[in-house]
Amino acid sequence: MKKVVVIGNGMVGYKFCEKFVSSEKFTEYKLIVFGEEPRRAYDRVHLSEFYDGKTAEDLSMSTASWYTENNIDLHISEMITEINREDKTVANHRGDTYSYDYLVLATGSSAFVPPIQGVDKEGVFVYRTIEDLEATEAYAKKLKAAGKTEAAVLGGGLLGLEAANAVKNLGLNAHVIEFAPRLMPRQLDKGASDMLQAKIESLGLQVHLSKQTQFIQGDKAIEGLQYIDGTELKVDMLVVSAGIRPRDEVAREAGLEVGTRGGIVVNQQMQTSDQNIYAIGECALLNSMIYGLVAPGYDMAEVAVNQITGGTSAMPEYIDMSTQLKLIGTEVASFGDALNDAKKDIDEITYENRRKGVYKKINVSKDGTKLLGGILVGDSSDYNSLFQIYINGMKLPEEPEDLILGSRGGDDRGLLGDVMDLPDGAQICSCESVTKGQICGAIESGEATDVAGVISCTKAGTGCGGCKPMVTDLTNAALKSLGIEIKDGVCEHFELSRQDLYKIIQVKGYTKFDEVLDNHGNGGHGCELCKPLIASLMATIHADTANKEYAIQDSNDRFLANIQRNGTYSVVPRVPGGEITPEKLIALGEIAKKYDLYTKVTGGVRIDLFGATLNQLPLIWKDLIDNGFESGHAYGKSLRTVKTCVGSTWCRYGMDESVSFGIELENRYRGIRAPHKIKGGVSGCIRECAEARGKDFGLIAVEGGWNLYVGGNGGATPRHAELFAEQIDNETVIKYLDRYLMFYMRTAKPLQRTAAWQERLEGGLEYLKEVIIDDKLGIAEDLEKEMKTLVNKFECEWTQAINDPEMMKRFNHFVNSDEEDDNIAFVPMREQKMPEPWK
Amino acid sequence: MEEILEIYKTIATENVKVWFEAAKVSDFPKNGGACVKYKEKQIAVFNFERKNAWYACQNVCPHKMEMVLSRGMIGDQNGIPKVACPLHKKTFSLESGENLNGDLAPIATYPVKIEDGIVFIGFEE
Repeated sequence: MKKVVVIGNGMVGYKFCEKFVSSEKFTEYKLIVFGEEPRRAYDRVHLSEFYDGKTAEDLSMSTASWYTENNIDLHISEMITEINREDKTVANHRGDTYSYDYLVLATGSSAFVPPIQGVDKEGVFVYRTIEDLEATEAYAKKLKAAGKTEAAVLGGGLLGLEAANAVKNLGLNAHVIEFAPRLMPRQLDKGASDMLQAKIESLGLQVHLSKQTQFIQGDKAIEGLQYIDGTELKVDMLVVSAGIRPRDEVAREAGLEVGTRGGIVVNQQMQTSDQNIYAIGECALLNSMIYGLVAPGYDMAEVAVNQITGGTSAMPEYIDMSTQLKLIGTEVASFGDALNDAKKDIDEITYENRRKGVYKKINVSKDGTKLLGGILVGDSSDYNSLFQIYINGMKLPEEPEDLILGSRGGDDRGLLGDVMDLPDGAQICSCESVTKGQICGAIESGEATDVAGVISCTKAGTGCGGCKPMVTDLTNAALKSLGIEIKDGVCEHFELSRQDLYKIIQVKGYTKFDEVLDNHGNGGHGCELCKPLIASLMATIHADTANKEYAIQDSNDRFLANIQRNGTYSVVPRVPGGEITPEKLIALGEIAKKYDLYTKVTGGVRIDLFGATLNQLPLIWKDLIDNGFESGHAYGKSLRTVKTCVGSTWCRYGMDESVSFGIELENRYRGIRAPHKIKGGVSGCIRECAEARGKDFGLIAVEGGWNLYVGGNGGATPRHAELFAEQIDNETVIKYLDRYLMFYMRTAKPLQRTAAWQERLEGGLEYLKEVIIDDKLGIAEDLEKEMKTLVNKFECEWTQAINDPEMMKRFNHFVNSDEEDDNIAFVPMREQKMPEPWK
Repeated sequence: MEEILEIYKTIATENVKVWFEAAKVSDFPKNGGACVKYKEKQIAVFNFERKNAWYACQNVCPHKMEMVLSRGMIGDQNGIPKVACPLHKKTFSLESGENLNGDLAPIATYPVKIEDGIVFIGFEE
């Protein structure tokens, strides 16, 4: 078995191992990896997320067991200090030696610290490793405690801006100091830099361009920067991010050829001047260049694996350095020859929109046939398409400016036209080097049948994720070209989508599950997916409650309560808008006491009574109804609450009566069955105490009416509702909401909240406005009429249930005994009770 | 908690020694279930009307040991009649008791017979 020793366990070093493991000949080799950092390889590209709460483990490239599972010896906190090329051994800082057949140097780079007088002062940091970040964070805390707030970042390049954002996230005022007259001088021109500067300054960062630092002020700790032009900047901390230097010291001492400005010289096969030693990543000097990006580093890792295992692949002469990223919340992309440093005779086309903060530039060959490069700031959504046109030398439109302005002739086919027009070799995912041919191949071979499958077998989209929309388009197009329909059916019993079933039930007037299944199903007897769905559709279409055909209702709807851990239920009566009289509050307390229920205020600010047995439910509800309560539908896919702030009736800031309007809306939409739960919010002013923008529909009182927001939710994927209409009166709010909710109930997928529905609606918010406000489809009247029927036919389903002896039968735990379930056990907790925990 | 499971063992029709008279057919929901108490046992009984068949199984879900399966929804998967637990939607074959969407232990099933509009469940003791 041949030994391969890898020095360096950074992103590229790890990628080398990963590629090696998946190579066919892996079992013929033994990998031994040394990393000098105290932890496994982690994602340095997303280092700033460390301050957003991500842990070192979150950033880690692999699990702890990955190396052992693959029989790789990983030595962390171990620095290789010597290579003995004659014996083919390496030695660590303790003097232990290890022999190798092949040696791979993936030593990476270190932060370049310019020789400025005073850089050794306290409070000067670099931005490279997790340890650097921890030290910076600790110092920032100390500063803040001492009331100091100013921090500078030396370097306005890509990494410097990342570092500045990190410093800002630490709660300090961040200043970016750049020697060049523009930000990101390697990627951006002056116009793009100006736009980026305006954007990041609007977020509270300060940019100082054309500044060369002469020395660092302060005695022991840094107090300021003295510039060569005589000006100064008082700061309490400095993070140096002025570029990188390849880590070539071990290679240099071993007599390997290095470049005059550093870097281990390699050929296209990634071999150093010693044919058994390879160098990859930021320590390698390839084509007389150091490539400081992850994508080329990964390619080098792949070439080295291939070479060592006897292959013939090599790095190309020209390596693309295109980048697309989000910097301080601003999209920035640069591709191909973006700056025309060689001053070739080409045409530059620029588009600048200061209002929207968007700058786009493309460089086009003089004859208008070729895209040479470009820059996007503020909106990089066209990056993928432009990059494909550039890298594949694709033909340009008649008017090349259409590429950044969009076609103005009404042709809306997108820049690329059809994704299937791309050549097979077109690289779709540059992080993982996945081509269009590989993606389509995965589908054609049957290896993958959907986007998730394509991602898992090609790894496309697992890096930065920027190519995901294109991977999805390609997957769908490839499936379509094979004649495979993308199925939307709800389960094995129905090939129809929820929307189709809605139409069928409406037109045919079906009122029983069996009718729908027998006439439109695939045979079989239904399941827990289609039964509740059709129950919900029939309830919406026929304005029924969940008491109809209760055996097909979702388990909570069947018993009109929420099942909890031990099989007991919780009970939530409706408290519209959160307004409740003292008498009703007392009644709730008395009832809870009577049945020994655990009480808690819910997330939707209602009062929840827990621990009711099945047999107790009707008794509790009889008491509640006698005290003027009705069902709160907390168990249903239906309207939950309309949360309100106290509004102008009490609040000194209130602009309108949020409580009154909230109650009106909650009573209007209560009980209606929808694809998923619906929540509303009404705030009396822009302080937004009701958190209305986190709801499916939200209203905020402003001068001259209400602002209506739609499509928000909390949950696993929180999303703010989007502004739908401004300064409208109560009547218009109801009109739009009736239409909006009805349209949602008609067209959403099963269990899809408004947020997800709206996000996937073709044409987006603009289309939604055309349908709801402008009535483009001519359905507004129908929608309003259907909603009116639902509103008028409302009936409290608990009142229905307790007044019907037949319905009451279902609330017995046993069909042959009045006893209760003796398996239920409670334990005391904070003066109340809770279910006995699960083992 | 596992001891709850010990009293539930699948009974084949030929081994039935006691046919327990549970309740009237009309006491059970169509295409749904209800729970029958027999000695210390809780048995979920389902009237699968679409298949013109009755099924019985333990009421306790082997996932979290709660007495809830009778409140679950029934249906079929590739022709196999099944029940979905109302707590976490674990599904079990009503014929073999096998967990269809996971690797939980199978549930015990019991024979059911209908005579003169009365539902009987078969036990060994």
